[in-house]
Amino acid sequence: MSVSNPDSIHTILATDCGSTTTKAILIEKRGDEYRLIVRGEAPTTVEAPFEDVTRGVLNAVREVEELAGKKILEGEKIITPCKNGEGVDLYISTSSAGGGLQMMVFGVVKTMTAESAQRAALGAGAIVMDVIASNDGRLPHQKIKRIRQLRPDMILLSGGIDGGTTAHVAELAELLSAADPKARLGAGYMLPVIYAGNKDARQIVSERLEKKTALVITDNLRPVLERENLGPARIRIHDLFMEHVMAHAPGYKKLMQWTPVPIMPTPAAVGKIIETIARDEGIQPIGVDIGGATTDVFSVFQGVFNRTVSANLGMSYSISNVLAETGLPNIMRWVPFQVGEKDLRNRIKNKMIRPTTIPQSLEELMIEQAIAREALRLAFEQHKSLAVGLKGVQQERTISDTFEQTASGETLVNLRDLDMLVGSGGVLSHAPRRVQAALMMIDAFLPECVTHLAVDSIFMMPQLGVLSSVHEKAATEVFRKDCLIHLGTCIAPVGIAKEGGECIKVRLETDKGGKADASVKFGQMMVLPLAVEETARVVVEPSRGFDVGSGPGKTHEAKVQGGVVGLIMDCRGRQPFALPAAEDERVRKLIEWNTALNVYPTDEKRK
Amino acid sequence: MAHAYTPGVTVTAETRLIRERRLPLAGSVQAKKGDMVKAEDVVARTELPGNVQTINIANILSLLPEDVESALVKPVGSVLKKGEVFAMSRSFFGLFKSTCKSPVDGTLESVSNITGQAIMREPPIPVEVHAYVDGVVVEEMPREGVKVETECSFIQGIFGIGGETWGELKLLVKRSDEPLDEKSLDASCKDKLLIGGSKVDVSFLNKAVAMGVRGVVVGGIDDKDLREFLGYDLGVAITGSEEKGISVIITEGFGEMRMAEKTFSLLRSLEGRKASMSGVTQIRAGVMRPEVIVAQDGRTARGGEKTFFSSSGMEIGSSIRVIREPYFGRLGKVAALPPELRQLETEAKVRVLEVEFENGERVVLPRANVEMIEG
Repeated sequence: MSVSNPDSIHTILATDCGSTTTKAILIEKRGDEYRLIVRGEAPTTVEAPFEDVTRGVLNAVREVEELAGKKILEGEKIITPCKNGEGVDLYISTSSAGGGLQMMVFGVVKTMTAESAQRAALGAGAIVMDVIASNDGRLPHQKIKRIRQLRPDMILLSGGIDGGTTAHVAELAELLSAADPKARLGAGYMLPVIYAGNKDARQIVSERLEKKTALVITDNLRPVLERENLGPARIRIHDLFMEHVMAHAPGYKKLMQWTPVPIMPTPAAVGKIIETIARDEGIQPIGVDIGGATTDVFSVFQGVFNRTVSANLGMSYSISNVLAETGLPNIMRWVPFQVGEKDLRNRIKNKMIRPTTIPQSLEELMIEQAIAREALRLAFEQHKSLAVGLKGVQQERTISDTFEQTASGETLVNLRDLDMLVGSGGVLSHAPRRVQAALMMIDAFLPECVTHLAVDSIFMMPQLGVLSSVHEKAATEVFRKDCLIHLGTCIAPVGIAKEGGECIKVRLETDKGGKADASVKFGQMMVLPLAVEETARVVVEPSRGFDVGSGPGKTHEAKVQGGVVGLIMDCRGRQPFALPAAEDERVRKLIEWNTALNVYPTDEKRK
Repeated sequence: MAHAYTPGVTVTAETRLIRERRLPLAGSVQAKKGDMVKAEDVVARTELPGNVQTINIANILSLLPEDVESALVKPVGSVLKKGEVFAMSRSFFGLFKSTCKSPVDGTLESVSNITGQAIMREPPIPVEVHAYVDGVVVEEMPREGVKVETECSFIQGIFGIGGETWGELKLLVKRSDEPLDEKSLDASCKDKLLIGGSKVDVSFLNKAVAMGVRGVVVGGIDDKDLREFLGYDLGVAITGSEEKGISVIITEGFGEMRMAEKTFSLLRSLEGRKASMSGVTQIRAGVMRPEVIVAQDGRTARGGEKTFFSSSGMEIGSSIRVIREPYFGRLGKVAALPPELRQLETEAKVRVLEVEFENGERVVLPRANVEMIEG
């Protein structure tokens, strides 16, 4: 969808209704370009006693009015279009309030149609609560119990390639029918079910589900083994999200009337902006949004967009689950001092039960950032395992492939080809020093060779995502100028050596004529200043066995962009990256790296 | 701007509450508007559809799926006993026959001519909803349940496990900073809701379960004890379905935490009274905290005055509790609410407040790290 005359749009108001906070931004055309003017926020009002999302939206907009000194509301209505400097030309919104879009997906084979269905749902911005497949090892009654327990907002049923199995699809439809699932919101309406499987089984599925669910049939999302066709299923998910889920959420009917553009699930909007950057810049990016309850990872590799959501990895509501999943030693390995297990466990649980508290002491900040590294790492692991090529596809091999036996279904994520890593979410966007955000992302994602790093300044990617669907120019301009904070570029040679051994020599020539040389030993980190507006040509000479992008031991030349941190050289090794096993040595190295990069105030004194 | 909205838990001697008692599926309501109900009374009941079993008739009888229907000896919809034959096939001129027997008592719900499967539904599972609190039915929700109103003392905890229960309150410590000691458990604790001071540990909880204690309300617990008691590491704070035979509420947080004096003295004044408690906790959007409710029975809790919930913000003089290190658990009063952002040791710039602790010491804290103590 697009607005009829984009040039006539001068003022844009965009809101994002999160589970706890509703954020509003005001964008205006100044001269030839669109810029962010102000941002306001207010608590979301989906829950009792208000139970009307528009209350929170109005409060956030009032804050925008105050900060911008501009009238936007007439009573409880947004003035649109803009007249005599009052009101806005376009109002748009995203939403993840009330827990976002929660789905279950069904497929015949777990690693084939079920996995494709999972990708379709995730790409549409859903949280996938469970994946049910004919071969998932659970007994029918266990599956039925699970369907009843979870009460999803929507179900995506796939299965079979066109002309393939109908019996298994019928079996899944029968399970679903027997479970007779109820929708999460609104007792009075039927649960939406999208069927996107074998077209020969449509009649069978209709007979079994039509009377019990709000069944919608669309094109098969895996028509042949070699190809996915996720678009039609994703469009149907968005339609039903608006028609059923949003329409039953408190106050959304009203909100939907305020905006000419469909309300988008927040993660779908963030995904859209990442896709747009990839396409416009011709780069392969990874985006991550670490929230209180979930962590979303987005990537575009080989032209394929993937999104995953780790529903229980986050920094407040889900912080304790990070500990449960990764284990205490993995968190402790990032903490540059010693702390007892009992104490650390209690601290993490106390954050879980009082999620809005913030670290007051430096020690607490370091612990929280250590946990963030593990949450990001686990979410990225999950992303890599789902962002894969299609499984079950027969591969043609030539004689040249004899020594490179790659299986079908390998991950598409290749860190060597990663151009840009963008972070978002409180712990990254609000880190007291930007270098802390850079180091958290480097430690969690372990980028290889040359990678640009950036963070979302105030978490406005969702609003820009939905804006990009109707006014790409405005979205792109604000994204580049006001949303992204460039941290700098990370150079991480792949390989390992003995501590203190030769690793890389770097020569830097900035576009303004500045020059710098550095030699970094294995096990060291170093930063060279390179300002935000600067670009530079770097020539990296790796030692034998190290690869910076042109092959082992080969000199690599690249054009890099600066940032608030600068050019970070990370010679701690890749494939594998390992921290010292001995406690004292580990703490010594963490302090050394933090000091080299000026990560914490104490490191400054030390330096 | 001397105003800040900060979440807090409620501890009040006298208030009025309404609790919705709703069935998971439509059923029949057993109480009428105006009825006086006790916590243990059933106010609504229904039957959940029974579990489902699938039986692949085609495989068992070696038939094609489309032939399965003709092999049925009992029609779809029949009520069957466990072991009863409902499908049969004959082969070799009728000399050999194979049979399909029902694996459970239940109803033959459907048979598929595509998969060759039969679906057997077990008998419905009865579900009853209790009143949970002593009070008056103020609203009937036809076929769904009722709303029960109660005049009560009300204490919210910060975290709990286990579902709803009720029993007599029994004090097991003398002071709010005294941990619960398993040696103090005896036969008189059976069916009681025990009140402790600063901490409970896993050995106390295990012994309490064995002795038939229904609930424990205490200041704190070490996470490692909770993990040992539950048998797993709690990932997300969504609780209430634990089946440990006991409900536990912590009022302050994890670790050894002296129970807030106000909470402790209110609970002490209610000793011997019948209370309802629920450990159900959901910390996400739409937060649910665990609770203890003691319905008034003509007596008013000592020291308590009538208060109702207020959503007013924090002001100078408001009572607060610190909810994060380094002063975790300490109580005090708001001494100042400076409007400007202040830099913390972490270098983050945040809204702060000045607190005067009970001993007169004054410190500056982030506003996000305190909670108001209402009432």
